[in-house]
Amino acid sequence: MTSAVPAAPEPAVAGPPEGSTTLEGKSIGDRVYRTLTTAFAVAIPVLLVFIAFEVIAAAWPALQKFGLSFITSSAWDANAGQFGAAPMIYGTVVSSLLALILSAPLALGVAIWLSEFAPRWLRQPVSFLVDLLAAIPSVVYGLWGIFVLLPILRNNIMPFLATTLGLGNTPFFSGPAYGNSMLGAAMILAIMILPYISAVSREVLMAVPRSQREAALAMGATKWEMIRDAVVPYARSGILGGVILGLGRALGETMAVTMLIGNRHEISASLFAPGYTLASVIANEFAEATNELHTSALMACGAVLLVVTLVVNAIARWLVWRVAREPKS
Amino acid sequence: MSGVLGLAAVLATLPLIFLLVHLMREGASSIDLAFFSRMPKPVGETGGGMAHAIVGTLILVGVAGAIGLPVGMGAGLYLAEQRGARLATSVRFLSDVLNGMPSIVMGIFAWHFLVRPVGHFSALAGGLALGAMMIPLVTRATEEMVRTVPTALREAALALGYPRWRTSVVIVLRTALPGIVTAALVAIARIAGETAPLLFTAFGNQYWSTRLNEPIAALPLQIYEYAKAPYDEWHRLAWAGALVLIALVLIISLLARFVTRSKHGGVGD
Repeated sequence: MTSAVPAAPEPAVAGPPEGSTTLEGKSIGDRVYRTLTTAFAVAIPVLLVFIAFEVIAAAWPALQKFGLSFITSSAWDANAGQFGAAPMIYGTVVSSLLALILSAPLALGVAIWLSEFAPRWLRQPVSFLVDLLAAIPSVVYGLWGIFVLLPILRNNIMPFLATTLGLGNTPFFSGPAYGNSMLGAAMILAIMILPYISAVSREVLMAVPRSQREAALAMGATKWEMIRDAVVPYARSGILGGVILGLGRALGETMAVTMLIGNRHEISASLFAPGYTLASVIANEFAEATNELHTSALMACGAVLLVVTLVVNAIARWLVWRVAREPKS
Repeated sequence: MSGVLGLAAVLATLPLIFLLVHLMREGASSIDLAFFSRMPKPVGETGGGMAHAIVGTLILVGVAGAIGLPVGMGAGLYLAEQRGARLATSVRFLSDVLNGMPSIVMGIFAWHFLVRPVGHFSALAGGLALGAMMIPLVTRATEEMVRTVPTALREAALALGYPRWRTSVVIVLRTALPGIVTAALVAIARIAGETAPLLFTAFGNQYWSTRLNEPIAALPLQIYEYAKAPYDEWHRLAWAGALVLIALVLIISLLARFVTRSKHGGVGD
């Protein structure tokens, strides 16, 4: 909930005048306090580097043995000592992108409705409900997914897509409908990332200056034209940041995906087929990994995931920050 | 057009409502005193509870809080007070990056750091993974709360001859406290339901254990274990566990809102 809110624009409140007071540096207490808070602040970058170091150290034996072929190969045989993460990388990317396609329009719709159309008395409770989606633990989504979503998928949605819409002939919706599938994972991910995208978009839309809206209305725009031509374009890069933030969440999501995706090391074009993601292979196979190399290969999946999410998140934060800063400059 | 967008809002909230209703229907009937006070029964026997997992989750959250709260609050104070400093800008950015790190990666980190060298799983490692997740949440929230303290208050204290550190600790921190408590509770609610970082750190335990250097049970782990298993009786317990977990998370979240509202008049989300 709070975590979904991006870096807020900094309010222009001046602290006490720096360096101009004679109090500065005189008391020992001041120095201790300053050192202590600085140490805690420095702890964050240190922790980040330490985490990256530990994860790469854990992954090292596998990375060293397979090199780049770890990313490109799709052989995964614990007995033969062959490990390649291509199916997992494919599964991670496809399930997350599909989740975005399902989730982003809906989340944006909710955000626009909440910031522009919702009656005042509905705004608060609806935002609360949407934010609440982010508070549900992943494992509970997984549990619900196994016993509620998968049966619906198996009995209703999949037959509808394949037979009623006649998409069963295309490679994307072919094959038997077991339920456990890429589509199932993407659907639960879509529900899970919706609150993140929607919260960021809502914040960004609300931050669009009044003058921007008033100018559009003064030009004779209808309310809808105002939103389309003046409000959304203004907030565009912030909304994009929110969407990419959602993507980052989806990429790293573990439990619900592990419980629904079917866990199979195969690249299949069909969304009905089971798959695997980088996070779910770690969760699913760690307990049964018997030799050092297998464990290390799982950790290498974690390292790949770490790098991908770091890049995705850095891009997202940068986009959101840019919007937050724009009105000032 | 507003109708279509309104429909989007309805669609977005439907899964939540379905999920909560289903959870109540499946879980509520299994919740009784035994669930909170008994240990799990072996496969095939009915009854039993999750006392060990509930206690385990509380212990894990305690360890995480002991790690995440001081560091997060300290760093948050620094960020609020040294707003323009170059270090503050990068720490702020990096704490956001840390926040976006997948939870399972935190598990790998704690496993390689605390489990592998020792040779066995431990509650401490689980607590560390959760604590590391808490740090960025508490940091950013503390920073925001400290910033809402009026500058005049700080200046008044300084003008009275208070040293800076006492101004910060006694005046600023005290004023921002309800907001910080809220932030801490929200962070706790977030990590209490985490499963992935615990899979190979706390690991889970079928027996009663409260020791920090031994594997410990946790509610989310127990739900995962039971949900995967092919036994109806275990599924029933998984739903009950999920209901208890959600109740725990929601109660903490509501408590957070209550703390904020009673003293701070609408700060927070």
